[in-house]
Amino acid sequence: MPLTIRDLPKEKYVLPGNAACPGCPETMGLRYVGMALGHRAILVIPAGCTSILQGLMPGNGLSFPIINVAFASADAVASGVAAAKRLLGEDAVAVVWAGDGGTADIGFATLSGAAERDEDVIHICVDNEAYMNTGIQRSSQTPLGAWTTTTWRGKREPKKNMPLIMISHGIPYVATASIAYPIDFIEKLRKATSIRGFKYIHLHAPCPTGWRFDPSETVEIARLAIETGLWVLFEAERGRVTISPFSRPYADRSRRKPIVEYLKRQGRFREVTDELVRELEREVDEYWGLLLKLSEQKVQ
Amino acid sequence: MERARFLLPLSRPKIGVHGITGSWRFRRPEIDYAKCVGCGLCWLYCPDSVVEIESSGERFKVSIDYTYCKGCGICASVCPVKAIRLSEEV
Repeated sequence: MPLTIRDLPKEKYVLPGNAACPGCPETMGLRYVGMALGHRAILVIPAGCTSILQGLMPGNGLSFPIINVAFASADAVASGVAAAKRLLGEDAVAVVWAGDGGTADIGFATLSGAAERDEDVIHICVDNEAYMNTGIQRSSQTPLGAWTTTTWRGKREPKKNMPLIMISHGIPYVATASIAYPIDFIEKLRKATSIRGFKYIHLHAPCPTGWRFDPSETVEIARLAIETGLWVLFEAERGRVTISPFSRPYADRSRRKPIVEYLKRQGRFREVTDELVRELEREVDEYWGLLLKLSEQKVQ
Repeated sequence: MERARFLLPLSRPKIGVHGITGSWRFRRPEIDYAKCVGCGLCWLYCPDSVVEIESSGERFKVSIDYTYCKGCGICASVCPVKAIRLSEEV
């Protein structure tokens, strides 16, 4: 039976009065982690916005057990946490909650290492597509054409495809999620806890501060990313890709919304040219083609 | 047992760790209970857990904690019946 709002626990894992910006997608995501895993989750958090939004000692804006660690060490620490809990025989889930910098750039070495060792860890990459905490610098997850403080005229390189890199590691479970579809994210998290081995979930999280849009539009922008086909919800079990229900209609090219609708809502794409839009459209088509090939579904 | 000589860098959960964040707000979300259908979506999407929720029969009863609400307006944008209005904070 599908999950509904009624089935979700009403406890608060993100406490009111934390230090996050208004409209923050990370606190939204953390709330869904709490709803999915509850007290079983032990969070390992490398440097990023989530280290900051916890606020100043001796208080903490999040009510999870948390270990705040150095940038590049998150998955190594989580491997240790998982091993210790296994030895003690306690029921706990080691979760790495890392930003795109802590996953795709600085944290990639330990992530790849832990994935190769197949540690019993869930790695969640909360992808706001730049280093927002230090002042919006480009990361390898920043999309083509986006403004950041280090790419003034738009980034020239396309976004690195992390989910496919993680599928190539041969780990048991890889999934993508979006903060606009919380039930989908929660179901994927619960599924991940039932699987032994390394699990990777890539969560798309539009950041109002860095992407330059009104805080009230966080959910709408995240939804538009799905509807334009730029972000695809899928899960891959041992490399076998299944497109998730919310993304399934957009396998058909004609049902996708024009990408411009997504771009024009965000200040970071102010300088985007028609040529770049065509380039992005080509990228989306290629990505969908590859995913559908992996999932062996027929292209409509 | 010997007392720890050093203070552990350990923090504990606390509501309002960053002060009264309600003072950041420049738009005030107001729920029109005549329109509200009690779906609970505002609670689901609120980034700061400031939407209080309780079950009342088949539906939910929601209210906003204005002490800590930062006024992002996500609740108003996700409301399916437009029962939440954003008004200027004075």
